[in-house]
Amino acid sequence: MNTQEALFQYCLRLGDTNLILGHRLSEMCSRGPMLEEDIALTNFALDHIGQAEALLKYAGEIEGKGRSEDDLSYLRSVDAFSNWKLAEQPNTDFAYVIARQFMVDVYQCLLYQQLQKSSNEILAGMAARFLKESIYHQRHTSAWVQRLGLGTAESHRRIQQAFNDLWKYTPEMLTAKPFEVLLSTQGIVPDPEALALDWNVQIIRVITKAGLKRPSDDMVETHTAHSEHLAPLLADMQYLQRTYPGAQW
Amino acid sequence: MVMTEKDPVMYPDYVGIEELVWERLALIPDPEVPVISILDLGVVRSVRYNGTTLEIVITPTYTGCPAMSLFMAEIRAAMHDQGFDQVEIKTVYSPPWTTDWLSAEAKEKLRKYGIAPPVPGAISDDPFAPPPVVPCPRCDSKNTTLVSQFGATACKSLYTCKDCKEPFEYFKHF
Repeated sequence: MNTQEALFQYCLRLGDTNLILGHRLSEMCSRGPMLEEDIALTNFALDHIGQAEALLKYAGEIEGKGRSEDDLSYLRSVDAFSNWKLAEQPNTDFAYVIARQFMVDVYQCLLYQQLQKSSNEILAGMAARFLKESIYHQRHTSAWVQRLGLGTAESHRRIQQAFNDLWKYTPEMLTAKPFEVLLSTQGIVPDPEALALDWNVQIIRVITKAGLKRPSDDMVETHTAHSEHLAPLLADMQYLQRTYPGAQW
Repeated sequence: MVMTEKDPVMYPDYVGIEELVWERLALIPDPEVPVISILDLGVVRSVRYNGTTLEIVITPTYTGCPAMSLFMAEIRAAMHDQGFDQVEIKTVYSPPWTTDWLSAEAKEKLRKYGIAPPVPGAISDDPFAPPPVVPCPRCDSKNTTLVSQFGATACKSLYTCKDCKEPFEYFKHF
């Protein structure tokens, strides 16, 4: 694997993660627990899809096979997607939406803070842009984790349950991939192991403040394939382009 | 009036043409906040004309902002009206757009329109830091409260004034 291939894989994984999470959040449109929250979640969706658009466009340019961000989004099948499994997990209930989002927000804030200093100017520029969005997201979801954790017995039980259920997908997100290692030794992307440590510290800080327990590491999802939830998501997201190839409006 | 590079008498050099482009861009309103122009917003980074192609470089505000494609369509349409056949609009992410690029005049226009302009000072990356104190755009009271971090567009939060009791939008510092 050379640097260009690694860079393609890197942008694809980050782009896919943003795209899939953005789509999940868009499913919450008109289903938020209250009007302001509905608006917040659709704002999040917009930010993630915007980040995906920029990253996948760049990935397509690096690959050099003429694939656009739309080709990469709409014309690949489940196995070709490299998003974090955490991002594809279903909305289940509001606590799951918040727990999933919070864990992604903390990671993306830490990642973009470092990535904006990348020797790759394009990645650095994108990261500086995305960081501002992620900081607003993290503020919002950290506040919700606290509110649910310190709220009623029922809200506490449900947010703790959401963390417990989703925790098994976090090692997959935090474990360094060969392309990340290759790029980090060249100073192009941050050290994934250092990021994982910082992520744990910040997660513990917030969930402790919310009166919650860090879930145990006993349950780890080790399958390399995606969970069963990605295929139905893609069927929905890609339906139009698959049915009417090249459709535009 | 159609003006192109074919008007050598009126526009002897390309710099003059570029200035004309800037003047025309200043007339294109922000599709979401029509009291300010896309120039007030600071998204246009450069204008270059080489005799055949007009290149306009813009920086997106928010990455997923739906207004961006509208900006591009409106810029393109305005430049075609101006007589430019070949218009290239490029998007750059670096340096990232910031609300610091809003002119003082633009901030005042926002305030008069009823949208509180960005309060200087970057948003804290500490998730538990208090939100900024935003003066009410109607009565100038600082006794206001954040209702929702997110609003009808990506760039705004919702606040309420506890003195004049009016709800208002805040153009987030970004």
